[in-house]
Amino acid sequence: MRELVIIGGGAAGLSAAVSAYDSGIRDILIVERAPELGGILNQCIHNGFGLHTFNEELTGPEYAGRFITEVLERKIEYRLNAMVIDVQPHLVTYVSSEGIVTEETKAIILAMGCRERPRGALNTPGYRPAGIFSAGTAQRLMNIEGYKVGSRVVILGSGDIGLIMARRLTLEGAKVLAVAEIMPYSGGLKRNIVQCLDDYSIPLYLSHTVTEIRGKRRVEGVTIAKVDERRRPIPGTEMDFDCDTLLLSVGLLPENELSLKAGAALSPVTGGPVVDDTLSTDIDGVFAAGNVLHVHDLVDYVSEEAAIAGRNAASYILSGSHSEDKVKVIPGNGVRYTVPQYIKRNAGSVTIRFRVSDVFSNATIAVREGENVLKRIKKRVLAPGEMEKVALPGPQYNEEIGIEVEV
Amino acid sequence: MDYDVIIIGGGVTGTASAWYLARYDLRVLLLEKGSDFCEGTSKANSGIVHAGYDPLPHTLKAQLNVRGNALIRELHDMLGLDFVQNGAMVVAFNEKEVKELEHLRAQGIYNGVTGQEILTRDEVLRREPNLSHDIAAALYLPTSGIICPFSLNYAFAENAMTNGMRPVFGAEATAIERIGGGYRVESSKGTFTARAVINAAGVYADRVNDMVAERHFTITARRGEYMLLDKTERGFISSTIFQMPTEAGKGVLVTSTAHGNILIGPDSKDIEDKENTSTDAEGLDYVMRLARKSAPGVNTRKVITSFAGLRAHPDGNDFIIEMPVPGFVNAAGIESPGLTASPAIGEMVGTMVAEYLGARRKERYIEERKAIVKASQLPLDERKRLIAKDPLYGRIVCRCEEISEGEIVEAIRRGATTLDGVKRRVRAGMGRCQAGFCTPRVMEILSRELGIPMEEIRKNDEGSEVLV
Repeated sequence: MRELVIIGGGAAGLSAAVSAYDSGIRDILIVERAPELGGILNQCIHNGFGLHTFNEELTGPEYAGRFITEVLERKIEYRLNAMVIDVQPHLVTYVSSEGIVTEETKAIILAMGCRERPRGALNTPGYRPAGIFSAGTAQRLMNIEGYKVGSRVVILGSGDIGLIMARRLTLEGAKVLAVAEIMPYSGGLKRNIVQCLDDYSIPLYLSHTVTEIRGKRRVEGVTIAKVDERRRPIPGTEMDFDCDTLLLSVGLLPENELSLKAGAALSPVTGGPVVDDTLSTDIDGVFAAGNVLHVHDLVDYVSEEAAIAGRNAASYILSGSHSEDKVKVIPGNGVRYTVPQYIKRNAGSVTIRFRVSDVFSNATIAVREGENVLKRIKKRVLAPGEMEKVALPGPQYNEEIGIEVEV
Repeated sequence: MDYDVIIIGGGVTGTASAWYLARYDLRVLLLEKGSDFCEGTSKANSGIVHAGYDPLPHTLKAQLNVRGNALIRELHDMLGLDFVQNGAMVVAFNEKEVKELEHLRAQGIYNGVTGQEILTRDEVLRREPNLSHDIAAALYLPTSGIICPFSLNYAFAENAMTNGMRPVFGAEATAIERIGGGYRVESSKGTFTARAVINAAGVYADRVNDMVAERHFTITARRGEYMLLDKTERGFISSTIFQMPTEAGKGVLVTSTAHGNILIGPDSKDIEDKENTSTDAEGLDYVMRLARKSAPGVNTRKVITSFAGLRAHPDGNDFIIEMPVPGFVNAAGIESPGLTASPAIGEMVGTMVAEYLGARRKERYIEERKAIVKASQLPLDERKRLIAKDPLYGRIVCRCEEISEGEIVEAIRRGATTLDGVKRRVRAGMGRCQAGFCTPRVMEILSRELGIPMEEIRKNDEGSEVLV
């Protein structure tokens, strides 16, 4: 029997592997479906990675490279071009050109990442021609394969990949005509709006969406319109753009089909497994970290979180499961979700990550244990696009932890 | 004469005719204006193998529906069809509709539908707990099934080709002239002659008819919009749920598909432009509203794609299958239940043409068509053996549908030249990410296997290049 199988060799899987190794585990296997380690970082050739982890600005492949080196130095085993097709408690089955293997293992870390929300999920009316790409697909075609995906481009959604691609397409000679965002605020990082749109005079239309896609073979144009507070298009506000390409950056979804097969409970808000402070799911010996757990905006936080999962998986492998009492973490007013959703009563110091549900300025984050206020943190700006965190010192948690935004 | 028969149209009607004619000693040419089979009406529909309760008695629709249903149930193994006989219910919401169920049942019996039953509300909800509690009763149709429409179209085409049929793609028929002993068909890919012509041109069948026949008919494109839900919703409904039929058709249905998704739709709207397969917000809202009437809990947040298809609606309401001029056969107005009826239409059209030509049966005729293997559906040891034989079957390209490179290469070997051609043959890109991850990989495989540059890879027809 193996000690640890990690599903996914991207940012989360690599960091979890290094951390589990450094916590004393030697028998580790990373199963990666792509032909190389590094995951989606490999196609993120822009810089801005690693500011928190390495205090320098790295590109995606460089950031991945640092962790890959760590994995190679520790001689951690990995399989490439191998896709996990089933996970059961203590069993991982994967398929590759060498066949199908079922690994029996003491612990499993889910690190499958996320996928992009497709156009179909939006029910955008119109035709279904060539030239409609999710931003990440376009990014791969440009940055890995080296092809141009469009000349005149409209982007729907202001997620970070869409913003990054607006700049990337511009640098490659395409004309990005507009970015339309249905919400009254962007889903991306402030720094990306400034560096990828403002610096290139690309207009961002907030509270706008695509109402028509024209072109039967290839995209010939799109119409965008302003939406009301219930996100319905307002007649008379339509703007037509002649373009050959529509990029979609309308959200990322944790990829949890395997977690479901394993029987793990998922949060309807994050789309990822429900976890405690050790990042253990409700299935014995199954941990989760990174974008499979909840979508992050910075890879540094993915690595940090995955290291916690690696450490806790190690401790589980070495000392077995402790089924302990837990308290619930309740997202209160203005908070969409928290990860973890549970904390063990004797957890010690714990970091809770969360996202707010709206844009707030000059607000206070209040953390309570029962009625008792543990912390109040003043914030100049809070936005849904930027993940927040609070650190709790512990050592004991006796009542439910509530986190809310006070305006 | 270059050929004995020219078939115009590579949809399910044209290929079914080719499939039936394949058993005769005839040289058959099929002209398709698109870049692949299954590019028009046949590609976007409900995928239902209807029992036959709703066509009016004595119509071709009634006769060919019931015959087609029986043929599909008989032939699905032989032709490698993705078919499941899941049964259907027509649900009634009030006393008036309950009475109409009796009428439908009587009509079904008259048409030759077997096994029909009226179910009480409790029995309906016992079998399908996610249906509306407002349902008063239902007509149960055990012979109803679900089929992957692509699999039916490709099965007919592949079997016909195995037996010698020749397809030409990108060949739009532009003129037909009667010549001594047959016809000369001009197309965008050249001129061909044959002793007989079959018009299976879908929404354009009226134009093709007008090239030859005096008698005129009109085909109206009647658009239907659909929404497809993620396989995570599998099991929400297992049978096909119809509402009471109206003038406009069988109404909005909620069904499982042959591959385990949930499908809702269609609406019905007559449109001028025979290429207009766009969806609109109004139509999609209508589909969601009506689907919720049958199954209030249908989770439209799990929609992975929406699409529209065109019904080839004839002015007389019945299929037009006839020989208006010697040697020229119309197979026109093939709207619902056309997919179900297709093998019976093929049989009828094929027999008509074969008799006209006095054709003899072939001595060597291959009846069977093998489906492309679905590696992920195989028992574990069979899948292992397959990978050992061809390691490409162990390389997963489409992660959502778990489709291997081996399957994609086989799809290309069988004629796929585009992303849609691969998708419709082996489902790569059909899943919840809607080809986000696998598009670049499938493009690479197409480029490699076909020996063409990436820039020439298309989504479907000319002008739909993916890269610029």
